[in-house]
Amino acid sequence: MTAVISTRGLVKRFGSTVALDGLDLEVGPGEVHGFLGPNGAGKSTTIRILLGLLRADAGEVRLLDGDPWRDAATLHRRLAYVPGEVNLWPNLTGGEVIDLLGRLRGGLDPKRRAALLERFELDPSKRCRSYSKGNRQKVALVAALASRVELLLLDEPTAGLDPLMEAAFEDWVRNGAGDGTTVLLSSHILSEVEELCDRVSIIRAGRTVQTGSLTELRHLTRTTVVVETVGDADGVASVPGVANLRHRDGKVGFDVDSDHLDEAMSYLAGLQIRSLVSHPPTLEELFLRQYGDRVDITPVPGRKAAR
Amino acid sequence: MTGFEGTAALARLAVRRDRVRLTVWLLGVSGISYFAGNAMATTFPTPQSIQVYGASASRSAALIALSGPPIALDTLAGIVLNKVELMTVLGVSLMAVFEVVRHTRGEEEEGRTELVRAGVVGRHAGGAAALLVASAAALLMGVLVALALAGASVPAGSSVLYGAATAGLGLVFAGIGLCLAQVFTHARAALGAAMAILGAASLLRAVGDVRGDALVWASPIGWSQATHVLGRERWWPLVVCVVAWLVLAAAAVRLSGRRDVGAGLVAARDGAPEAGPLLSGPLGLAVRLQRATVVAWAAGVFLVAAMFGSLTKAVGEMARDNPAIVTYMRATGQGTFVDAFLATMMLAIALLASGFAVSSALRLHAEESSGRAEAVLATGMSRARWVAGDLTVTVVGTALLLVAGGFGLGLAYGLVAGGPGQMPRLAALELLYLPAVLSLAGLAVLLDGWRPEWVGVAWAGLGACFVIGWLGPLLDLPQWVSNLSPFTHVPHVPVAAATWAGPSYTLLAAALLVALGWAGLRRRDLPR
Repeated sequence: MTAVISTRGLVKRFGSTVALDGLDLEVGPGEVHGFLGPNGAGKSTTIRILLGLLRADAGEVRLLDGDPWRDAATLHRRLAYVPGEVNLWPNLTGGEVIDLLGRLRGGLDPKRRAALLERFELDPSKRCRSYSKGNRQKVALVAALASRVELLLLDEPTAGLDPLMEAAFEDWVRNGAGDGTTVLLSSHILSEVEELCDRVSIIRAGRTVQTGSLTELRHLTRTTVVVETVGDADGVASVPGVANLRHRDGKVGFDVDSDHLDEAMSYLAGLQIRSLVSHPPTLEELFLRQYGDRVDITPVPGRKAAR
Repeated sequence: MTGFEGTAALARLAVRRDRVRLTVWLLGVSGISYFAGNAMATTFPTPQSIQVYGASASRSAALIALSGPPIALDTLAGIVLNKVELMTVLGVSLMAVFEVVRHTRGEEEEGRTELVRAGVVGRHAGGAAALLVASAAALLMGVLVALALAGASVPAGSSVLYGAATAGLGLVFAGIGLCLAQVFTHARAALGAAMAILGAASLLRAVGDVRGDALVWASPIGWSQATHVLGRERWWPLVVCVVAWLVLAAAAVRLSGRRDVGAGLVAARDGAPEAGPLLSGPLGLAVRLQRATVVAWAAGVFLVAAMFGSLTKAVGEMARDNPAIVTYMRATGQGTFVDAFLATMMLAIALLASGFAVSSALRLHAEESSGRAEAVLATGMSRARWVAGDLTVTVVGTALLLVAGGFGLGLAYGLVAGGPGQMPRLAALELLYLPAVLSLAGLAVLLDGWRPEWVGVAWAGLGACFVIGWLGPLLDLPQWVSNLSPFTHVPHVPVAAATWAGPSYTLLAAALLVALGWAGLRRRDLPR
């Protein structure tokens, strides 16, 4: 099966600023793909190139087997987009905007529209100027989700939504994805990505730094272990693949490469384990590791963490 | 005083943000006054030429309606003041209103006021700062205009009085802008209302001056002109301006005390929960977004034109009293007295309609920078259909405005003097200006296509057309400069016969500008 979205070596400059610096992105049919990166990494720029709003300076880009710049309007009939910053016409009502955007795309499903309005608790007869940020976001979401499309491009779609509405959104995307809809979800809310996405791409400074399924990514990295033993467990730091040894409440915590988990466990077994908690890295940890930061770290003094 | 904390800091911020904008306003108006004033000396080199012009101008209803009461028109200084009057009046009032609304309602609408008001900033500080900066700018414009006129053969004392009168008018309009910014939720609406008040003020003064009665006192422009510079000069009418400024400022404080940040005094109503059949395509969207604006402009243009038209009877009577002038005008190819008046009014209507045409063409840019274009272009709507939808409304809307203006002028003229045939006749003749007006819209599209950060130049283009059309003959501009204005190529109807050559070429130029602009729009990043 051919990819729904495929970019290779995408470059985009704005004057002297390099927004995209050889970005690769591959999203297969039916996939819910998380698109992660810090502010200014180039997520919105990538999505705008995929929409044919911006023109790439170099590199290849294919979307739904078409050229997003040349075939923009034709391709847009098969996709829906939620922009990162939603601006609406102040004198139109939310309902009018939803219908307008749906019709411009080639029609929307009135049943879905009604269901979404109810699910998101949105009053469509209010004028857009009186909507809060969260309600404007809902208008954009309803407009996008009410159409039956092959591809959803969502740029931080839940920014400004309360947790209840976030849950409603997650529900809807999970069900939509069941229909075979492909989703590119740019987000800062890592739990949301973890919940919804099959695969993720992490980008930084306009380049893809990691891509794969969450399982693959986790496998590439370390498991976190917190253990309480009778004997002194500090020596575990000498086991290959163990890093970030720290102490808390009389327990010892460390990260260990998935390949060396077995050796670390054998070492600890000799020390009489009282309690042990281990969990795979959260997406947050994966994400922060990409950017050189650490979560909750108290390095053991005098010992250099092995890498 | 409580409620005004932080005023000084906000005033400094406004000055910092507008240092270029204000400099352009101030130097633009005073600079043109200076050059126009000095050009007059070459246009009227001999006392005799001044006499001849003065005799005709003192009786020209068009001049009185647009500029002000005829004072000392048999002197060079009098001619200079009369010629720069319209520009200084519009210049100082528009500057004051734009400045105040931009820093009050404009900021509030963008959501920045919320950020600022969360600091140690009083409820009234934003308004007070905007009023102070606009008022200071008006005073400075008064000083610069006085200097410019003193450098252009107007006696020093009279120049100072004229400058003060200009500043006084600016103060009143700064106060008006501040009150309107409290009433309307949107800067555009507040500016629109301010334009309507400026239009009404101009009309009341025009009617009062042509009829020579006390109606002029109903208009702030009348107060400023009641100083009778070069005539029986007097300062006390400016006290009226200052009192009005104080009253308006106090009223604004009262009004702003009665509303929330972001809210207006007019509450928003609910609308339709579903879109009607109109909102189904780019054209429908453009119509929906602009129809209220078009209707408001058309009503305004119609009223202004009708007011102009109602003056034709008084104009005709002036001609009867002065057969010598009628002969003079025939000899100089200016047609009948009434026709000459109508011709000037038709140009004024066309320039007014140009304001709509430019702002309507710039909606493409406004939609882009607000991020709304992105939402629309991410659907099945192509760029071509998006641009075509908006520009169709610009073209049709402009034509409607011109017809409304022609109807208004013809209706009133027909009622007071000319007979029922005038309405369709003048409406048809007014349409000869359509290509010229559209070429300004074309300039806006061209800029948006290639240099979107420079779209403001389209407004400067309109300003240039105004200067060329109104002051051009006196500035003694070289023909090629006059030819740059599309309005130069429109026959001076109804004095001249209606011909299609000039308008046809202008239409071609307008189409070319749009095509060039489209060539840029279709290939550039959007939003950029």
